[in-house]
Amino acid sequence: MAVDDKMTSMQSPADRLAIRRKGGDAPDERLAATSGLVQMLRRPEAGAAAGLVATMIIFALLPGAANLYSLQGSMTFLTLSAELGIIATAAALLIIAGEFDLSVGSMIGFAGIVIGLTVRELHFPLWGGIATAFAAAILTGYLNGLIVVKTRLPSFIVTLASLFILRGLSIGITRAVTGRTQIPYILDGIPDPGTAAIFNGHLLTGLFQWMGTAGWIATRSDGTPFVAGIPMSIVWWLVLTALAGYVLTQTRYGNWIFATGGDATVARNVGVPVDKVKIWLFIYTACAATLLAAIQVVEAGSADTTRGLLKEFEAIIAAVIGGVLLTGGYGTVYGVMFGALIFGLVQMGIFYTGIDTDWFKVFLGLVILVAVLVNNYIRTKAIGRGASR
Amino acid sequence: MSVPAMELRGVSVNFGSVKALQDIDIKVYPGEVHSLLGDNGAGKSTLIKVLSGVHRPSSGQILVDGKPVTLRSPRDAQDKGVATVFQDLGMISMMSITRNFFLGREPTRSRLPFSRMDKEAANRIARQAMADIGIDIRDPTQAVGTLSGGERQSVAIARAVHFGARVLILDEPTSALGVHQAAVVLKHIIEARMRGLAVIFISHNIHHAYPVADTFTLLNRGRNRGTYAKADITRDEVISIMSGGEDLKALEADIERLLASIRQPVA
Repeated sequence: MAVDDKMTSMQSPADRLAIRRKGGDAPDERLAATSGLVQMLRRPEAGAAAGLVATMIIFALLPGAANLYSLQGSMTFLTLSAELGIIATAAALLIIAGEFDLSVGSMIGFAGIVIGLTVRELHFPLWGGIATAFAAAILTGYLNGLIVVKTRLPSFIVTLASLFILRGLSIGITRAVTGRTQIPYILDGIPDPGTAAIFNGHLLTGLFQWMGTAGWIATRSDGTPFVAGIPMSIVWWLVLTALAGYVLTQTRYGNWIFATGGDATVARNVGVPVDKVKIWLFIYTACAATLLAAIQVVEAGSADTTRGLLKEFEAIIAAVIGGVLLTGGYGTVYGVMFGALIFGLVQMGIFYTGIDTDWFKVFLGLVILVAVLVNNYIRTKAIGRGASR
Repeated sequence: MSVPAMELRGVSVNFGSVKALQDIDIKVYPGEVHSLLGDNGAGKSTLIKVLSGVHRPSSGQILVDGKPVTLRSPRDAQDKGVATVFQDLGMISMMSITRNFFLGREPTRSRLPFSRMDKEAANRIARQAMADIGIDIRDPTQAVGTLSGGERQSVAIARAVHFGARVLILDEPTSALGVHQAAVVLKHIIEARMRGLAVIFISHNIHHAYPVADTFTLLNRGRNRGTYAKADITRDEVISIMSGGEDLKALEADIERLLASIRQPVA
């Protein structure tokens, strides 16, 4: 928002005054001056950013900080954040549009199984298996969306059904075909390093090797650095966050997403294709889950029917911590990025500090509660000027 | 007079066995404020939904600028020049004025699918469009939720005018407003009329409709009880017809008797 815009509104237009409200409530008096800081605090991601800073400070003061904030430790928690962030960004867009997808976690497991079975049993190349998984995701997302918009049932119920169906299909098919619930050795004997590198490679390996040789970062005895480069999961996360952020704030589709979640009837009346918006976003969440599945399968070399368990809730939590309103119509993806960072940081931080990791879930519950309270407060207080661009 | 901007010919709407509207004829001319008055249950809401494209008539014809049209949706109606400002205001409170103003018609910098919205232009146009009908807004990026009811009505009217509406339908535009705000909205209605729009003003409040309307169509129990030029009818006659005339007189007499019986012991 340009500052000069505000200036013009403070000068009364000379003509056209006839219809204006008379008396002492001229616009310049109603427009309280707000400092840059207040404007920043009013942004929907402000709470999550403050939470992230606070969490970082807390763990910096606790034992184990040196390991947590080392290059290796940072990459570990950033990878955790990235894997969550990929699905949380998609979940956030869907929540902003007023719907939930509880089948995200099951979709992660199902997509992994599709990749595993097509590659191991049908002898697809790796790229073919991953492409098949994405096709399954598009179909799943489309059906989720179609059922929600056609039946007008709450998406909570519809995707709860998908959650069980997809998980059941994963276990049922895998056990019927292989007699087990895991599919190991997916990458063995399938030379497709190009595809594998897209999902589990590293970026800037030359730079990290150079830094290792120069003695700036820790290396193994053979001279290779412990951190080979920036993991592709982080690259995917940042790219998807940037794209989603662009679409949400800069394009007409973003306007439609906000409107769909804000008031679907109003949006429909002015010609927003509300149903299409929802179906596309269900497809996006299923595809985001499949991307994460591909990353995990290629990383582990195996697929497991239990992958992605409870991930749908973690995605929703990250979105809520990031300032997305559960009731729809409000939120940013940058906030969700902070939410995912808090999540990854705490998960690894608790590990490095030596606190019993059983306590992680207690912490998680408390964070959700605080995040929702803060969001509620922000919605009522700061919905004013500048909060909704 | 010239060709009506919008005309209904023998429009009926049935919901199952319920006849919500029967054989309605209405002509609305450019530069005219046509007030549709009726008590609760008179069929006003159904009529608005027919005019705005939400419902299609069971029988009868809708004409815009003399040509028969089918209004498939509110957006389709808007594209044909018929814009409706709905009673629930038709705006999304958590979105900014500009985003609401251009919702569904966002200006983009190119025709590519993921092209940027031109927000600077949008803010400028929204501000200008509202200034043109005499609304001075503080900041086009502020959320609509921070505006008063009257201001929201004003934004909705400005939006309809800006996007080329030739027929502006206002559904109870003043009913939720205080006296001052209602007056502001009535002024905007006159502004729109002066720009040559045909304005259909639906209300059950004769005191808001009477000062600004040129023509009255009175609805009762799903039927048109007559269309009158303002010169031909008084305020009291309007009230009498829209409430069912004799019924109301009988009711008022009943109330008088009741009140008298209360007063009796005290006096």
